Amino acid sequence: MTRGTIRTSAAGIAALALLVLAAQSGWAQEAAAAGPREYGSFPWIGSRTAIWIAAEVHLMFAAFVLGVPMFAVVAEAIGIFGGDERYDRLSKEFTRLLLIAYSATAMWGAVLVFLLTTLYPRFWAHMTEIFEVSMWIYVGLFFVESFTLYLYYYGWERWKQGRAKLGHWTLGILLNVWGTAVLFIADSWLTYMMSPPADVTPDTSPAMVQAWSAFANATWMPINIHRLIANVVFGGSIVAAYAGYRFLSAKTDDERAHYDWMGYVGNFIAIGALIVLPFAGYYLGREIYEYNQQMGITMMGGFMSWLWIIQAFLIGVLFLAGNYYLWVGMGRIPGAERFLPYTKWMLFVLIIGVIVWSTPHTMIADRAELEAMGGSHHPFLGVLGVMSAKNTAVNLMILTTFLSFLMYRRANRRPVVGWARTGTILQAGLFVIAAAVVLFYGVYGYFVSAIVRIGFSVYQVLAVLATIIGVMALDVAMLRGSESRGEIRWGQMPPRSQYALFVLVVTFTWLMGLMGFARSGIRQHWHVWEVMRDTSQWAATPALGFAAQIISVCVIIFLGMISFIFWLGGLVEKPQLVPKGR
Amino acid sequence: MKLLRHPFWQAVLVLLVAWILITFGIPYLPRLAGMDSAPVPSSVVLQYMVTVLVGVLIWVSDSDERWNRFLEPIRATMVEPERRWLRLGLLVAIPLLVGFLAFRQVRQTVAAPPSLRSIHPAPPSSITFRGTPMTLAGLENPLRADGSIAEDYEEGKRVYYENCLPCHGDALDGRGHYAHGFNPAPLAFNQGGTIPQLTESFVFWRIAKGGPGLPKEGAPWNSAMPVWEDMLTAEEIWAVVVFLYDQTGFSPRTWEEAAGEGGE
Repeated sequence: MTRGTIRTSAAGIAALALLVLAAQSGWAQEAAAAGPREYGSFPWIGSRTAIWIAAEVHLMFAAFVLGVPMFAVVAEAIGIFGGDERYDRLSKEFTRLLLIAYSATAMWGAVLVFLLTTLYPRFWAHMTEIFEVSMWIYVGLFFVESFTLYLYYYGWERWKQGRAKLGHWTLGILLNVWGTAVLFIADSWLTYMMSPPADVTPDTSPAMVQAWSAFANATWMPINIHRLIANVVFGGSIVAAYAGYRFLSAKTDDERAHYDWMGYVGNFIAIGALIVLPFAGYYLGREIYEYNQQMGITMMGGFMSWLWIIQAFLIGVLFLAGNYYLWVGMGRIPGAERFLPYTKWMLFVLIIGVIVWSTPHTMIADRAELEAMGGSHHPFLGVLGVMSAKNTAVNLMILTTFLSFLMYRRANRRPVVGWARTGTILQAGLFVIAAAVVLFYGVYGYFVSAIVRIGFSVYQVLAVLATIIGVMALDVAMLRGSESRGEIRWGQMPPRSQYALFVLVVTFTWLMGLMGFARSGIRQHWHVWEVMRDTSQWAATPALGFAAQIISVCVIIFLGMISFIFWLGGLVEKPQLVPKGR
Repeated sequence: MKLLRHPFWQAVLVLLVAWILITFGIPYLPRLAGMDSAPVPSSVVLQYMVTVLVGVLIWVSDSDERWNRFLEPIRATMVEPERRWLRLGLLVAIPLLVGFLAFRQVRQTVAAPPSLRSIHPAPPSSITFRGTPMTLAGLENPLRADGSIAEDYEEGKRVYYENCLPCHGDALDGRGHYAHGFNPAPLAFNQGGTIPQLTESFVFWRIAKGGPGLPKEGAPWNSAMPVWEDMLTAEEIWAVVVFLYDQTGFSPRTWEEAAGEGGE
């Protein structure tokens, strides 16, 4: 290379460097003019999928660590006041699993917050400006909750007797209070995204939004109630599945008896709470409609309507699996054989209920089928696609499931009170009246306007609830001091029944993800409904098939991790079995 | 008859009867009673049959005795020497059947794939009608308040017969002269699942904006409905809405008190 060439090259490099500097400076000015970045990007799967998985798995763990303490504190109370030590052991066994699950919940929560701050900084800045105080309280409560849990678990053996035991139980109640407060705070953030106060517009500065009106927004309390009940269902179903797994791998009769009983208790709590969950869901749906009918129509009649068909099918699976477990379980209860001839008719009602509930209003059809039907509505089956039919079906399914519980409960008991026969006739009368009310309003709903029809579902729900309460009150009074027809043969349960418990937990978990997508998806291209628009490349509402895949991934991650936690729990300590018949 | 006392054959019979009822009963039985019906789409047949199958499996397995009896013929076919030919036949037939079903699923066809068409998409909260903004949420038919509903009905009838009749038909049943040329067929207004489920402002929006005005969530919106705001005035569209409801005897869905206000 000659000196001249070097000089030329040096001049060229210098010029290039100047050009780059100038360009950089220009870009820097442009960037400064554009302000802070609005969205980050996540490799491979994209920002939305990343945040979706983080939020969903965090929520599943959160539901577990909020649901199980409710279960634990009730079980401990039965142990204390009923004098049955098995419940106390059961409660402790699950509190031990909570310790590990708490860490997983916190880790996923941290993942979610980091992804929000890095991938959605503009949205997160908006939220933090409105909810900063509640976020500080949230963190504080998390500390208090964690340390209450440590005291609750590690103090179990120390505070086992007398007054100390009541103090210990109080710790369990406090654990639930803190957990519920944490849930209510987090619910306020997500419900604000769905239903911000009417006076908040895209031009409203977050600093001007009244914190309490944003906190206690239109859908806050319905979500709180719905999630509280759903957490009980979820906690119960996980307990039942854990018991099912332990039952199948049990080596001794004592172990089998213990885990058979635990599975029964978990299933009882899950299905018991599931019976009232549709009412809470209905309340939430009504509030969404009240808040914004467009959002309500998107949810129930528009793009999201097919989710409800899938939901109906899945809840049908839950009802069927729960009832199946009870019917199979009757095989180990002396005296239950007198009820077995009726189960086929109850199954018939449930199957017809699932068919009606899951009949779509707008059917998936190819061109030839569409032409034959004259559109997406089937001219005959179309009558099953509307709410009158679906409300009737679900209410009758709830009544049937309650009847299964009642039969299970009474299977090995013989009432001794003088009015037992009259009481049973009264109970049957209440069932018949409730079924008649449900059917009457279901049919009458076709002959009135939509606005009147909506009100009918309240009468149907009230009839079913009143029957459940009335029949249960009669039953408790009737069975007081009852004679036993024989001990339940715990452990003598066919293995196939335990798979029903696995079906329950997988279906519950999947359903949570699915309906969470429905609730979140009805915001469509808004981060905060009609206040902050999603302007990222991920703004479009995903297709149902894609959503189903992501939900399935979340379910696999969660169930995989929770199985690992259960395995860890088994390593730490073997439960002390207290094999004892009722 | 002895065969039908066995849970295995009872299960087979239940499935067979259910399939016949769904495939042939639903399309044809209602017609005997003078009701309209049509073949059930294959997606719904599959859904119903899966439900019935789950029910049958629950029934055969909810007691040990029935479950063991149900399994008897299956076990016998699997192991007994005298059923060797049946076993061999099934070993050939079942994979062939599965292969055939798989082939049917994956083979190329000229038909468009089945679609999930949202027929009642959520309406926008506001639209522009010929350039004028119009809020749909909470909007009532203005003609119902002006006291001349009989005239509005006549006006709506005129508009309907001049513009809508060829597709939606004389009986408002979606079977006009041109209806057979469209797939999906034009909407039948005389069915309970259509206009009684909708507010009048929804129907106004659909007439005004037609197929091209369907929101993205309504896709695939293969609708031939024209954009009538280009050809009719707002009064004419409201009048035809009056005609549709009064002629069919249906009442429009009404707004709830809080409609359109939002918030708490």
